[in-house]
Amino acid sequence: MSRSDSREATANRIEHLLDTEGDAVAENTRGFNRGRYESTDELDDYESLKSEARAIKEDAVERLPELIDELRDSVEANGGHLYVADDAADANEYVREVVDGGSVVKSKSMTTEELELNDALRADGARVTETDLGEWVLQLADEEPSHIVGPAIHKSREGIAELFRERFDPDDPPETAEELTRFAREKLLSEIRDADVGVTGANFLTADSGTMALVTSEGNARKTAVVPDTHVAVAGVEKVIPTVEDLAPFVELIGRSGTGQDVTSYVSLFTPPTPSPPVEFGEARGASAERTESAEPDEPMAEPGTAAGDGATEPHPDREFHLVLVDNGRRSMREDDDLRETLYCIRCGACSNSCGNFQSVGGHAFGGETYSGGIAAGWEAGIEGLDTADEFNDLCTGCTRCVPACPVEIDIPWINTAVRDRINRSAEPGEFDHLVDGLVPDEESTGLDPAKRLFGNFETLARLGSATVPVSNWAADLGPVRAAMDRWLGVARDRELPSFERETLVDWFAARGGPRVPEGMARREAVIYPDVYTNHVAVGRGRAAVRTLEALGVRVRVPESAAVGSGRAPLSQGMVETARRSAERCRDVLLPEIEAGRDVVVIEPSDLAAFDREYERLLPTADAERIADGSYELLEYVFGLLDNGADPEGLTAGDGEAVAYHAHCQQRTLGLEAHTVAVLERLGYGVTTSETECCGMAGSFGYKSEYYELSMDVGEPLADQFGDAARVLASGTSCTDQLDALLDGSTEHPIEAIAPPEP
Amino acid sequence: MSADTLSAFVDNAERHHATVHRVEPDAVAGTVAELVDPPAVGVELPWEFDLPESVATDPTPAELDAANTGVTAAGLGIADYGSLVLESDAAGSEAISLFPERHVAVLRAADVVPGMREAFGTLGDRLRAGAGAVLATGPSATADMGELVIGAHGPRAVDVVLVDDGGERADTLAADGGGGDE
Repeated sequence: MSRSDSREATANRIEHLLDTEGDAVAENTRGFNRGRYESTDELDDYESLKSEARAIKEDAVERLPELIDELRDSVEANGGHLYVADDAADANEYVREVVDGGSVVKSKSMTTEELELNDALRADGARVTETDLGEWVLQLADEEPSHIVGPAIHKSREGIAELFRERFDPDDPPETAEELTRFAREKLLSEIRDADVGVTGANFLTADSGTMALVTSEGNARKTAVVPDTHVAVAGVEKVIPTVEDLAPFVELIGRSGTGQDVTSYVSLFTPPTPSPPVEFGEARGASAERTESAEPDEPMAEPGTAAGDGATEPHPDREFHLVLVDNGRRSMREDDDLRETLYCIRCGACSNSCGNFQSVGGHAFGGETYSGGIAAGWEAGIEGLDTADEFNDLCTGCTRCVPACPVEIDIPWINTAVRDRINRSAEPGEFDHLVDGLVPDEESTGLDPAKRLFGNFETLARLGSATVPVSNWAADLGPVRAAMDRWLGVARDRELPSFERETLVDWFAARGGPRVPEGMARREAVIYPDVYTNHVAVGRGRAAVRTLEALGVRVRVPESAAVGSGRAPLSQGMVETARRSAERCRDVLLPEIEAGRDVVVIEPSDLAAFDREYERLLPTADAERIADGSYELLEYVFGLLDNGADPEGLTAGDGEAVAYHAHCQQRTLGLEAHTVAVLERLGYGVTTSETECCGMAGSFGYKSEYYELSMDVGEPLADQFGDAARVLASGTSCTDQLDALLDGSTEHPIEAIAPPEP
Repeated sequence: MSADTLSAFVDNAERHHATVHRVEPDAVAGTVAELVDPPAVGVELPWEFDLPESVATDPTPAELDAANTGVTAAGLGIADYGSLVLESDAAGSEAISLFPERHVAVLRAADVVPGMREAFGTLGDRLRAGAGAVLATGPSATADMGELVIGAHGPRAVDVVLVDDGGERADTLAADGGGGDE
């Protein structure tokens, strides 16, 4: 398939999912996400709990081999069996031997989805029933999970009612959620009663005790583990943590992070084989002859006179327990510096729920063979391989809204960047690559997608664009040119392209005669970083920044030497080595400024995020730290000046004017939304802030032909919220472009509101 | 246990759709009798309080299947969440607290701890000794059928009989040398 055909296929698939599943997924994930904010707000020590959870996982993965040995000792001392399976086939083979064609009930387990265990068991004639209501619905519908926590969130109540009617043709068809739940409970109870083996996953395994924690709400996992006499638990090796006490932070975090529940109904802490007597109800319809014969439904379950707590530390003599620990690529991930963090994942779903793209399309688009959402890139690359990760990796735009949501502080955007880089390097050269050859440095392989090359090197394009104004702008607007860009480069035809200014910010500043605040009079000295977009396209906000800072007594410079890309653009396309070269060039010009005592003021939040978040991965630590410490977001800097007594007299006050403000996604992750709001309020503006995680444009994402519709869908809640606003402000350039498209208006940077008027 | 901790337990349990009944020790049997929806099965409590006649102990699977109420002890309460710690045992407490539509749990006020940290502090030695438990918070629930439904595979209603016995935390979860440190 050619690239333009494959783009069209992707666009069609996404459009289909937006139509069929988008509404249900959006409602559920946005509900979970709101719940997360509310529920984590209740925790006084939320940040320290996350750091503690992170430290436990780092330590556990570091010491994995010894913890597995310790866990084996614990499980065996309790009377259970532990098997470490190298891969899916190995794991399935072990479980098949235990099940031996009998009947199996299962509680929800993504790891068994990964193994495709159900198919393997059915091949032996086993009857396998999922007992989690969502999983059961999918089993009946023969569909794949669309979310790692809520597997059936893409199904509506009506759809489930219809499915039950089709499959069971009941006399009195259930309609309400309550009736559907009852119906399913009764159907599944008869399966559980008759089962020979219960199969569960495990959220955590404690090496010191051989305990498995299962985080659930329905109660099906408890029934699955307690009714049949044989229990098989299947879990990835990364689920092992050292001690029971280590569970505390995870239990406080997992429900809040995932579905916004402070705690789920049940956190089972089985130390199998359990002391609970197996429950033999009799009347076994689907059960094996052996189980039917042994059932004694009219004999007491326990020795008469047994009181609460009796025998609590002794396994019941009829019970059998098998723990299958699955490697399936995980031990290699542990050795991989970019993928290792994936193993800290506790599968809470926060990265899915906090993701604008996921909220719109769900895991059927933003997911691989098994896993979905931001973290899936790591899981699928490690377990299935790059080809699988390639199918959905583009959907991570690097907006970073999952970063503060992740309870174990995984840098999920970085994993996606690293995986994208590997995908780029493994690609075959394409037929139209010569179109963008001049735009790509030697560091990247020849197979890189032309769209990635184009967007990844916007810097060169912008330089050419400004130099050739107005021809560049006319040409870019011509119909045939747009058609060609769409076909060959994958630039969406409906997007308005950036319009280049002939006079760059740097040129304007030089022509104006350089700094205007004399050295001796200056409150501080600062360098405004002329990012590519401000320098060539949104020059007005750069001029407003200069006027504002000068009005506040800062001696400002906009040096031509600093007009180099930060590396953000290539980074967003997974061009890590190109980004590293940019970071090095940027460092070479910014560090001397910082060392000379000048502050670096950054207008574009995504560039500041590169300095603050990604440079530590691209540059020596000391350099990265000095740049991060010495640079400020523009309104953060203004806030600091005002806070330290600078006089706002020369700025443009709001006098109560209402403004709607959308902070850039990466700016919010850096904790810098509040500064802009505070400055605007201090100057008398009435500020409404957006409730959306990301505008949907996310740098170049919304410009790509295959993602245009999705990008606009992600922006819809923002359009709804700001639809009636008289004046809209946004900090990021891509947010500005997106808001302009969504609202048909003209969005400004906050600095343009507060700056002194142009002379 | 401090009054604040107990009232936090009550508030948080009720926030999670459980109902808490605070009683004196001599009122346990009477309160349980009023709460059960017959037929009821239960596990003999490990303390001096008796269960009412209407609760069948040593149930058979058939009785469990027919029961509308299950009565068990709770080893710990966790004030921050209103959770109960239900230990598994040879008497079948796990199944009895799980299958019937209504679960009535008897919890001593002295066994209520402030938070997760304290609960896991106590559970550590118990689980290392081979015990198992479930932290149960409110009734079972699901959101898989299009909206939140209280009552999924497990109970639809949870009543906690909280016994103000004035006693110190004793041996409920400490039989094997574990136990709390507060």
